[in-house]
Amino acid sequence: MENIRRVISVIVMNESSVLARITALFAGRGYNIDSLTVAPIPQSNFSHITIVTKGDKRIIEQITKQLNKLVPVFKVMEHEEMIEKEMVMVKFSVKERLSDIAALCGAYNGGIVNVGTDIVIAMATDEPKRIEHFLEATQIFNPIEVVRGGVVAIER
Amino acid sequence: MKMNGSQMVCEAITREGVKVVFGYPGGAIMNVYDEIYKQDGFKHILNRHEQASVHAADGYARATGEVGVAMVTSGPGFTNAVTGLATAYMDSIPLVVISGQVPLSLIGTDGFQEIDAVGISRPCTKHNYLVRDINDLPRILKEAFYLARSGRPGPVLVDIPKDVTAEFGEFDYPDSVDIPTYKPSCKGNDRQIKKAAEAIINAKKPLIYIGGGTVLSNASELVRELTQITQIPAVETLMARGVMGADNPLLLGMLGMHGNYASNMAMSETDLIISLGARFDDRVTGKLSEFARYAQIIHVDIDPANIGKLVDVDYPIVGDITIVVEKLIEQLQERVNPKNYESWRDVLKRYDTLHPQSFKDSDEVLKPQWVIERIGKLVGKEAIITSDVGQHQMWAAQHYPFDRARQWINSGGLGTMGFGFPAALGAKVGCPDKIVINITGDGSILMNMQELVTAAEYEIPVINVILNNHYLGMVRQWQTFFYDKRYSETDLSYQPNFKALAEACGGIGYDVTTKEEFDRVLLEAIERKKVCFINVAIDRLENVLPMVPSGGALYNMMLEHKD
Ligand SMILES: Cc1ncc(C[n+]2csc(CCOP(=O)(O)OP(=O)(O)O)c2C)c(N)n1
Ligand SMILES: [Mg+2]
Repeated sequence: MENIRRVISVIVMNESSVLARITALFAGRGYNIDSLTVAPIPQSNFSHITIVTKGDKRIIEQITKQLNKLVPVFKVMEHEEMIEKEMVMVKFSVKERLSDIAALCGAYNGGIVNVGTDIVIAMATDEPKRIEHFLEATQIFNPIEVVRGGVVAIER
Repeated sequence: MKMNGSQMVCEAITREGVKVVFGYPGGAIMNVYDEIYKQDGFKHILNRHEQASVHAADGYARATGEVGVAMVTSGPGFTNAVTGLATAYMDSIPLVVISGQVPLSLIGTDGFQEIDAVGISRPCTKHNYLVRDINDLPRILKEAFYLARSGRPGPVLVDIPKDVTAEFGEFDYPDSVDIPTYKPSCKGNDRQIKKAAEAIINAKKPLIYIGGGTVLSNASELVRELTQITQIPAVETLMARGVMGADNPLLLGMLGMHGNYASNMAMSETDLIISLGARFDDRVTGKLSEFARYAQIIHVDIDPANIGKLVDVDYPIVGDITIVVEKLIEQLQERVNPKNYESWRDVLKRYDTLHPQSFKDSDEVLKPQWVIERIGKLVGKEAIITSDVGQHQMWAAQHYPFDRARQWINSGGLGTMGFGFPAALGAKVGCPDKIVINITGDGSILMNMQELVTAAEYEIPVINVILNNHYLGMVRQWQTFFYDKRYSETDLSYQPNFKALAEACGGIGYDVTTKEEFDRVLLEAIERKKVCFINVAIDRLENVLPMVPSGGALYNMMLEHKD
């Protein structure tokens, strides 16, 4: 069976060890995590975890079922049809062509967010695939550091 | 009612109807033990090792169907208990294990006897709790019992810091549990059940594949009824021995690595598997790509994650075996025609006559299979049989005439040597009217032999029949077959004096070398009602057969071994 990429949304009760339970499940059963983000859901006792993973069909099915079995897990959603976004921040030297960097960021829903004496920080927010393209495009400006935020997703 | 954390623990255990707790005290759990001293809601049994406490609670749970409870201290007390938790986890046994923890203020400081119990036990418990607030304790205790026994059962750990056991709080023990994130589905989808019934009616070679879930669901009678009205033959996994009853003409036997010929051939040729609480374990299926190649599969399991995990399923049914089988019977009762499967039954009967489960007896040396069959003849239905892990376990599963569910207690999933003796203690405490016999090996028995002292002190008359081959026999067998007889570290020629060992601890001991002796000794041991070792010298090089070599196809059985 061929590997597929999947974005899985997990709604969990806010408890101290819930994230450990989830990462331990992935590690223990040999599933892989490409990215993972967590944030509380406003006005509730729940948090939203978004996991990007890869595996064949059977493994993806096992992942959702095993997640569902965890006691603090309320709901697991695994869809092909998700709106996905990811954010990235990149550090450049001020000596690079700043207007070109700003234009590039603009094309990816971002811009320059901080300018210091030696460095500038730029950001972009877009679909994960487009973030890849953005990062490729930044190469000519010699990025010093890249921090990706991980994927967040919401059902269409 | 105001009370401290330790009183809450005792009160909850009592309210849950638990009559006996197995455990071992230490610093972090001392407050609770102080309350145990003062109360009389339940009895406490002091095992001589925490692993044995958890296995004993486990044996109690398996024999009675109730939740077993064990109690240990922090650090080494807890780590000693981990094998017990894992054993129960793999076989889905309902346990609540209470562990002490260092005080909240010391957590995270590498305090004396501090270990991350919830971290370590996460992969081998159904759920676990670290209690950080006395106000949560009543709810957590209630949830622990509920989680342990509901849905797919399993062990639950409650780790309680020492200061929490001393703190006072309001004890409001909830009557019921509502965990919004935990709603096991038990009923089974009616449409799927109808479709499954249709498939059964249309099948030519159906086979009922019975797993441990049937025992956990107490569905043995219903499954017998299902086979009775349909006349569909059945195979049992290691965990399901006893469900059908040895005399049942529809039972083919145990399947899998050491299953009998007819069972494994039935699985290989069936056109419809009706799986009831089994999980297609690798010891059962052999090589997956060759497994049941002609079969459609009905898979009934309370745990959705078991369905479709290893094999593709045509009729998935998530539900409790009892409820689903009841509905299946309803669907099939008037409509199924048992005659349709007659030629299939005949084929299987011929397979069984061709290669029955048998062994070559001897007059020179005791054969382990003879000993087991003999125990069956002498005490048969009266006994609960526990076992350790190795050849003796497989021989017991193959040859003992199990008559009912919960009569056979062994560590199937984890395969824990050392399980049998403490589990037997728990079973005997839970079922004092039954004779309890642990069929064990000369390797396994030493792994919890300290329980001789526990059994002697509390007068728990468990009989250990040591099938002594002076080998780690099962490993030796693999070395014989697959490692050119390089017997690396499996020779147990150097032995303790088992008879004297039992006596030194306050039990009784026997050495047996002949059939006559065995009969006499077993009956005498039962009569004397004391914990006992019966050390039986058996044929050293006897092998467990048939055997499906690891990774081989189920239909390629090694029926005999020629040197
Ligand atoms: C705790 C533990 N350690 C190691 C093993 C691996 N193992 C499986 S069977 C076996 C041999 C058991 O020897 P014995 O108890 O004498 O039983 P026999 O096979 O000789 O009947 C061993 C070492 C195990 N199952 N459990
Ligand atoms: Mg042995």
